[in-house]
Amino acid sequence: MSESAFQIFVNALLANNFVLAMFLGLCPFLGVSGKLDTAFPMGIATTFVMLVASLCAYGLNLLLTAFHLEFLRLISYIVIIASAVQLVEMVLKKYSPALFRALGIYLPLITTNCAVLGVALFQTAREYDFVQSVTFSIGGGAGFTLALVLMASVRERLTLSNVPDLAQGTALSLMLAGILSLSFMGFAGLGG
Amino acid sequence: MNTAQYKTWDEFMEGVWRQNPVFVMVLGMCPTLAVTVSAINAISMGVATLFVLVCSCGLVSLMRKLTPKEVRIAVYIVIIATFVTAVDYAIQAISLALYDALGAFIQLIVVNCIILGRAEAHAAKNPPIPAMVNAAGMGVGFTIGLLALGVVREILGAGTLFGVSLFGAGFQPWVIMVLPPGGFFVLGAWLLLFAWWARRRAGLPAKEATQHV
Repeated sequence: MSESAFQIFVNALLANNFVLAMFLGLCPFLGVSGKLDTAFPMGIATTFVMLVASLCAYGLNLLLTAFHLEFLRLISYIVIIASAVQLVEMVLKKYSPALFRALGIYLPLITTNCAVLGVALFQTAREYDFVQSVTFSIGGGAGFTLALVLMASVRERLTLSNVPDLAQGTALSLMLAGILSLSFMGFAGLGG
Repeated sequence: MNTAQYKTWDEFMEGVWRQNPVFVMVLGMCPTLAVTVSAINAISMGVATLFVLVCSCGLVSLMRKLTPKEVRIAVYIVIIATFVTAVDYAIQAISLALYDALGAFIQLIVVNCIILGRAEAHAAKNPPIPAMVNAAGMGVGFTIGLLALGVVREILGAGTLFGVSLFGAGFQPWVIMVLPPGGFFVLGAWLLLFAWWARRRAGLPAKEATQHV
């Protein structure tokens, strides 16, 4: 792999945005994007879990490859992510109880966010080295946060406008996501 | 049909129609939108998910009295991951082209909310047979949902169905439909269609659909 760290970052942030171009992490994207106040902390928490998961997955992959246990990769990754989420939960509870309460139920649900597992799986499949893996996870997390914040801002505005009854709810969110995704396609080729 | 048979059928149809995971519950969106660029991909993904769903719900149900409540989610995840690994290797052995087309989304079946949701909400409280019937219904419903998206996107975006050309050489494909935005648009359109249909069945004229604030 000859991609520079900067290229990987821009790619994961914009051109191959995790949510809008690769369809990862759609459940929180549609579920938590109702209000800006929850969308941003959720994005940050997910980014942090992604970073921890990516670091652990990198180390674990070396270990699994050394012992020729590649078939255990998926099971061990998911266990690592679940533990990372648990860790974040405990740290937040101890040092920032306010944020912990604000995130509530969404925190444990990060475990089943496919963007997190996606980071671990993609970095393995593309054989990224250590620096590349870290930039990839930060870029992916930033892209997830960006998409979430954009979506939440648009949806906050939409609550004030006159929308046909029929289209309210998920259908409207999906159409919005489609338009956002369309505009993100303009970034294609940016990361080289 | 006697009562027991009817109950089983009802349990099965709940996932296929009334609680359809794609159109009613809107769960498992990531694979739904990502792999449905063609009908054949959609069916393969649906069948893979169906298999994992039925097997893991059966096993979760068998172990429901042995599983301590505190660690149940971890147990479910490990069970699901085991079956997904098996499916992953099976698809790789059957068709490498399909494996490349579905990519990481086979392994991402692990975090499909439908499976964990079924394990937690149904299989953990019911004996194996009803749990597996319910899971099969959900799996079939999921496959139908994927197929509905895959067929529309393949016809509009590539002018083919299951790889067979439909419109001849003069057809100008609507490429956006096989690109990411198309997935969002087609699913949104399906949801609108179902909402409209439900409203019509409820006997409300379409005009009143517009809400004046």
